[in-house]
Amino acid sequence: MDKMIITSSPHVRSNASVSRIMLDVVIALMPAAVAAVYYFKFQAAFLIAIAVATAVVTEALIQWLLKRPVTVGDWSAVITGLLVAFNLPPTAPWYIPFIGSIFAIVIVKQVFGGLGHNFMNPAAAARVFLVASFGQQMTNWFNPAVDAVSNATPLAIVKGLSTDPLPPVTDMLLGNHGGCLGETCAIALLLGGVYLLARRVITWHIPVAFIGTVGVLTLVFGPDGLFTGNVVYHLLGGGLLLGAIFMATDYVTSPVTSKGRLIMGFGCGVIVVVIRLLGGMSEGVAFSIILMNVATPLIDRWTRPRIYGEVKPNA
Amino acid sequence: MIKERTFRGGIHPLERMHHGKRLSDGRPVVRAKPPTTVVLPMSQHIGAPAKCLVKAGDTVKMGECIGEAGGFVSAPVHASVSGKVIAAEPRLVASGAWPFSVVIKNDFEDTVAESIRPAGSVEALTPDQIKAAITEAGVVGMGGAAFPAHVKLSIPPGKNVDTIILNGAECEPFLTADHRVMLEKPEDVVSGLLAIMKVVGVKKGYIGVELNKPDAIAALKKAIGRRDGIELVTLKVKYPQGAEKQLINAVTGREVPSGGLPADASVVVSNVGTAAKIAEVLSTGMPLIERVVTVTGAVESPANLLVRIGTPFADIIEQAGGAVGEVGKILNGGPMMGQPVYDTSVPVLKGTSGIVVLSKELADTKEESNCIRCGRCAQYCPIRLQPLFIDAYSRMHNMEKAEAFHALDCIECGVCSYVCPAKRHLVQSIRAAKGAILATRRQKA
Repeated sequence: MDKMIITSSPHVRSNASVSRIMLDVVIALMPAAVAAVYYFKFQAAFLIAIAVATAVVTEALIQWLLKRPVTVGDWSAVITGLLVAFNLPPTAPWYIPFIGSIFAIVIVKQVFGGLGHNFMNPAAAARVFLVASFGQQMTNWFNPAVDAVSNATPLAIVKGLSTDPLPPVTDMLLGNHGGCLGETCAIALLLGGVYLLARRVITWHIPVAFIGTVGVLTLVFGPDGLFTGNVVYHLLGGGLLLGAIFMATDYVTSPVTSKGRLIMGFGCGVIVVVIRLLGGMSEGVAFSIILMNVATPLIDRWTRPRIYGEVKPNA
Repeated sequence: MIKERTFRGGIHPLERMHHGKRLSDGRPVVRAKPPTTVVLPMSQHIGAPAKCLVKAGDTVKMGECIGEAGGFVSAPVHASVSGKVIAAEPRLVASGAWPFSVVIKNDFEDTVAESIRPAGSVEALTPDQIKAAITEAGVVGMGGAAFPAHVKLSIPPGKNVDTIILNGAECEPFLTADHRVMLEKPEDVVSGLLAIMKVVGVKKGYIGVELNKPDAIAALKKAIGRRDGIELVTLKVKYPQGAEKQLINAVTGREVPSGGLPADASVVVSNVGTAAKIAEVLSTGMPLIERVVTVTGAVESPANLLVRIGTPFADIIEQAGGAVGEVGKILNGGPMMGQPVYDTSVPVLKGTSGIVVLSKELADTKEESNCIRCGRCAQYCPIRLQPLFIDAYSRMHNMEKAEAFHALDCIECGVCSYVCPAKRHLVQSIRAAKGAILATRRQKA
């Protein structure tokens, strides 16, 4: 008993760890990764590999340069890389995930202090950056169902930007249609979402509020008057599930309370619908997420819980 | 089906190892071997230290008063053995302080002081007589806080107390002392509760016990019998169910106002061990000179021991067969709120409920990393604070902001630090903020 540890209480800790939480997210993204490789073949694996490798190497490099502890073992850079790749069209050239991951890690994450200090979701911000800077490369779609390059995603067809026929709903669920790598297979994304809920990594508030808001608003404000909207395609297309389950729920950039999370999901949903129905773009998920990311400190301030025994002044 | 009452928030620490309680909850209380010397600090309670009445060379008898109360919020100290005072000087205690202490060499005669005589039954005594007996016996809160019992039972004018709650939750992992007292002395617990009710003048008393102590619940129910006004409340097994504010909320549905006392919710809370001690004081006249201490964790044979106040920790650990394996920490109290000691010569005090030897494995401290804002600390906080924000402001030395996030309402239960995946030292940082805020207040005053 010569050397005893003296620290402040509590003296025992739970087994929870940041790396385990992040690893759970990586596991939850795997079904979508498998679906991407199934439909988009080698190109998908190639883009995912570049995005993940770039994210991890860049994070290690910049942390080493800034003389910070190198924390790539926490899996968070892997998630960023996966999400950057999942937000790319399968026809993207190699430098798109490369630039996207560097932007996400360096500009969005590390410049602000690394994990926990970024104010936007790195992958969502990277997607918006890529769409703004490489418009052409980011909108060349490939439709596995007809095995041909086309410029039409289901939502572009819904919006009237293309005269192609809409894919059947079963293809929307399975992922057999044009779109970004990780967004097409609804079943794979939902599977990942169920896993995250079961592992208590995320709560239901943001995904349900986000998806629910989009569902209700797109149904009500249909192209042919009230309640004529094409809800199914709005819900299953345009990266909504990917964004609502995996990107809007990013702890760092979303509110900490349940009420705040509902507001976040609702706000994302409203912005997506405004962009899709009134704006020039056919999707808008990444935009909605980074806009609500910026509003998160404000939402946190609005939703501070009433503490035990709190009495209103002068009450 | 049994109705379980509880509060919002909270956790199940060390659930996979049954909260560490299986080690000792089946071990009946046995009398510890009397120590060769006892160290009796004049300050074992919250409030003014007792005034020392003896000096080196004096001979004292067991139960003799060796320190008189140093004010209203204070408590007297009594010799826990008979023998010779060999020193009266500052000595180290578990908190790290060096209070003035009386060291007595035990003559192993246990010669009882002449002044010791039974006070009488609760029914026969007046409220003032009961309170005087409690005051003279140096009874303090035995759950750990060590607040003088007679002060707690003196309700300030303007406050209207209608309910007494006895705290038998014992939610700290590893500790089983209260469990054994409830199981082995249920009549004392009930009698002590009646005494407290009589002193405060209330008609309603509750005993709150967590559901994981079914044997204690059955024993207490039997002891309560058909008595009017006393009710046993079964509580959900959840930490910190035994925290005063959480217990009040679970039992009565009331909330203690922020910055207020239980009396502001018309409640007085006392520990079951304190109640049993009060009953014992009334029936025997012997002041608080011994208590039940759980010695457990990484020791050869965990036990619940009846220990003389002032016995060194080392003696108690030795009587549990000594530590086994690689020791990480030795705790005064449980692993959630207890204090680590670096010297096992420190004495058992009136508020020492347990000595827990934590293995290196359990005590191992991991590196902290950046907060990822997962919100778990806020989700489980029993006060519904947002520890992540208080922590951030505390580290930025922005104490105004820390106070605005209600740092002062923190009960330091340790839930936030326990659940934090980034292993941040949240309680420590909030404690620092509390200290700084209170220091500023004192300066302004």
